[in-house]
Amino acid sequence: MNVVRLSEKLVAKDFATDQEVRWCPGCGDYAILKVMQRTLAEIGAVRENTVFVSGIGCASRFPYYMATYGFHTIHGRAPAVATGIKLARPELDVWVVTGDGDGLSIGGNHLLHVLRRNVDLQVLLFNNEIYGLTKGQYSPTSRVGTRSPSTPTGSVEHPVSAAAFALGAGAHFVARSVDTMQKHLAEVLKRAHAHRGASFVEIFQNCIVYNDGVFSDFTEKDVADDAQIHVEHGRPLVFGEGKTRGLRLDPAKLILETVTIGADGVSEADVVVHDETNRTLATMLVALEMPVALGVLYCAPAPSYETSIRERIDEAKASHPGDDLNALLRRGHTWTVSG
Amino acid sequence: MSANATVDLDPARPARQELESAVVRFAGDSGDGMQLTGGQFTQSSAMAGNDLATFPDFPAEIRAPIGTTFGVSAFQINFGSRVIKTSGDSVDLLIAMNPAALMVEIPNLRAGGMVIVDSGAFTERNLHKAGYRTNPLEDGSLDKYRTIPIDISKLTLDAVKEFGLSKKEALRCRNLWTLGLVYWMYARDRQTTIDWLSQKFASRPDLAGANAAALNAGHAFGETVEMSDVSAGFTVRPADIAPGLYRAVTGGEALAWGLVVGADLAGLTVMFGSYPITPASAVLHTLSNLKHYGVITFQAEDEIAAACAAIGASYAGSLGVTSSSGPGIALKGEAIGLAVSTELPLVVINSQRAGPSTGMPTKTEQSDLHQAVFGRNADSPVAVVSARSPSDCFEVAIEAVRLATKYMTPVILLTDGYIANAAEPWLIPDVDTLPPMPVKFRTDAEGFQPFLRDPATLARPWAVPGTPGLEHRIGGLEKDYDSGHISYDPVNHERMTQARMDKIAGIADDIPRQAVEEGGERGRLAVVGWGSTYGPINRAVNRLRGEGLDVSHIHIRHIWPLPRNLCDLLGGFEQVLVPELNTGQLLTLLRSECLVPAEGLNKISGQPFKIAEIETAIRARMEA
Repeated sequence: MNVVRLSEKLVAKDFATDQEVRWCPGCGDYAILKVMQRTLAEIGAVRENTVFVSGIGCASRFPYYMATYGFHTIHGRAPAVATGIKLARPELDVWVVTGDGDGLSIGGNHLLHVLRRNVDLQVLLFNNEIYGLTKGQYSPTSRVGTRSPSTPTGSVEHPVSAAAFALGAGAHFVARSVDTMQKHLAEVLKRAHAHRGASFVEIFQNCIVYNDGVFSDFTEKDVADDAQIHVEHGRPLVFGEGKTRGLRLDPAKLILETVTIGADGVSEADVVVHDETNRTLATMLVALEMPVALGVLYCAPAPSYETSIRERIDEAKASHPGDDLNALLRRGHTWTVSG
Repeated sequence: MSANATVDLDPARPARQELESAVVRFAGDSGDGMQLTGGQFTQSSAMAGNDLATFPDFPAEIRAPIGTTFGVSAFQINFGSRVIKTSGDSVDLLIAMNPAALMVEIPNLRAGGMVIVDSGAFTERNLHKAGYRTNPLEDGSLDKYRTIPIDISKLTLDAVKEFGLSKKEALRCRNLWTLGLVYWMYARDRQTTIDWLSQKFASRPDLAGANAAALNAGHAFGETVEMSDVSAGFTVRPADIAPGLYRAVTGGEALAWGLVVGADLAGLTVMFGSYPITPASAVLHTLSNLKHYGVITFQAEDEIAAACAAIGASYAGSLGVTSSSGPGIALKGEAIGLAVSTELPLVVINSQRAGPSTGMPTKTEQSDLHQAVFGRNADSPVAVVSARSPSDCFEVAIEAVRLATKYMTPVILLTDGYIANAAEPWLIPDVDTLPPMPVKFRTDAEGFQPFLRDPATLARPWAVPGTPGLEHRIGGLEKDYDSGHISYDPVNHERMTQARMDKIAGIADDIPRQAVEEGGERGRLAVVGWGSTYGPINRAVNRLRGEGLDVSHIHIRHIWPLPRNLCDLLGGFEQVLVPELNTGQLLTLLRSECLVPAEGLNKISGQPFKIAEIETAIRARMEA
């Protein structure tokens, strides 16, 4: 088992491997990798106790570049492998890295269940709304009309919302950030890491080759202020230059509407205060198309799966003191044949 | 009336007729409690010192409409004073609780065999539901059998009257009345069943009392009523079996216990990932009750997740085990390939059933041998072992754990629906005498490379997350032979593919040489089997050797790799016959590996071989 080591404080490069990073130049994944390496150093992560588990896809190359334990598994199945790791060794700090195809298409079922069970791990879903590794086909998060090699006349399917899916699956922690928002992303990752149970983080990630600029309507510097709302627990839901705009509950429509503070008799008191433990509010925030809600949308801790399982095992052991394997084979009805 | 009376001491009655063995089949509606009845009879026969084998044969429907032929549930037991290796070719005594049971089961009764029917259940409505146009008890269609119609329904209602049950509840005691009669017929002790009833119905003393009263009434009926064909009943003397402590065990139980014991011998805990599927769920159920041995069971969202979680657990230093039946194993295929590529221990249990596709889930078959040996993309060798009987599952499970951990490989354990549910007496081993096989996790960071192989076993080191200094990345991409880093180098891929093949092939040097079960090591005919065909093959060969025929029985446990001496052994026989419950899968393997002109004997009916079928096939070849 592990020995707690009092080692010198690690820095970001201590979490980098000697492997050549093979994402396309300009890929959003580079930015996420950098934030991750820095964040692990900042939170004092122990390399040998940290495990990155991934499926298949561009995002899933991630573990090869982290100087921790890493398992690049098969398409869509990282949550299941990670569940097994946590069941075997609950003390390990497990990160699942997946993408929109890996996590929401081929692996949708496993993502649903890892969130529902509330296994204590962090799921980072790099959403670029496209299949990168297989050369540009539309993905389950692609918008209607996405032209791709497999949809030359535009896709007809409606996209799934990753965060809405996570909330629907019963996730207890749902957050969002953007690849290029280094500070914001670092804070979100820290919160996800601190949360006991399954933490789901959707990271909007730009695919420079197959879907360049797909998020620019809210990520570009010149529009970001008005197109993003950064939620913070206990703070009013305000955004825009000078934080003059806010979200108010429209009780007739049961939606959050955008209002301007000071206009039409709207005061700051009318703006909804973010309560990250409020699932209904999280659902409304996820449903917003503009502004795009970023940050910790929902966080309501509950007992984690592997902890509950371990408790059952400890209880069973306590109630069967001294049972050895011979007792196991001899319990119930036996009889003796004499020679 | 004393519940302990075991032997009929009434001197006025003729002596009981002595039998070497008998086959009894209890058949009724799914709701009639036939499996429980059979289980109790098994227990008491074991207590009486008989050797025995059982075969539960139940419908796929949980509660089919009452009285229909597709709702018939049966339990067969063969017990005797000699060694018993199968549940019996044909039935000596059939119990039919309703017309549907008679309709379905009568073909299993040997000519001249006895059938006891509950005549009270032979109403016009029930006859019609079973598809009888006339009452078989009256139309002479049962003339070639000894038919004993008894109004068990009425006698049961009379017997339990004092307990004030509803009619429905009272009629539910019919099976115990019948069991009481059969106990009398074979001079069986009732006490264990009475004890079991009071335990089972601890919260309903009225039900415990009524069922015991029904049991005793059925027994008393046998003692007092002159049944023309069985006036004195039978005795089956104790078998000459090795002394020691015994229990009855099903394949599902023995397999679960073998996994736990195997993991313990290896110094590991079991992480069992599974998804419910017939007939494999028994292992999941048994292990779910063993939390106090540290066993973790994970009922996954699907077969793939079950396998992947087991792989994750193995990666993290537990014994990852996953279990299913054929269709589920197909879903796990890609994950098993990942365990091949990442070289992690994994035990995969396949309780085979009739296929393809959904096939016949409750019926047995041996048709996943090729799937086990070859059923993955690319060259992805694994070790494959098979269990021959319920109790054999224990040893085979331990062997699977040994191979998986020593060679860092998936091991597929083939059992089947017959073995999983069938029970037999088992001389309980002393776990303390089993050889330990501790695994050694890599802890030394000096010179560590994740895929640097042990020169003897070719296994890579097991380096578990949490170990300082061994941080490394693995995955399904091809790895460099030395460093374990991703490699697309063509020469390296060929070398790695060969290394994976050699590792598994090398297991042949670490398993017992193939022995001959019965007969000489050379001769005219070798009958080669694997898995659950052991009983009928062995019995057939044994009988024919008794007649002087030069025939041998070879039974293979290690399907892949095959034992080193197997091909030489087969070469010593003029003919090789391979009986299988498939169209010839071991046959193909033996032909290609050993280049022997083996012939198949194939049965694909969802039912086990009968001894007579194998005897006939052997005779045909010996006389040719």
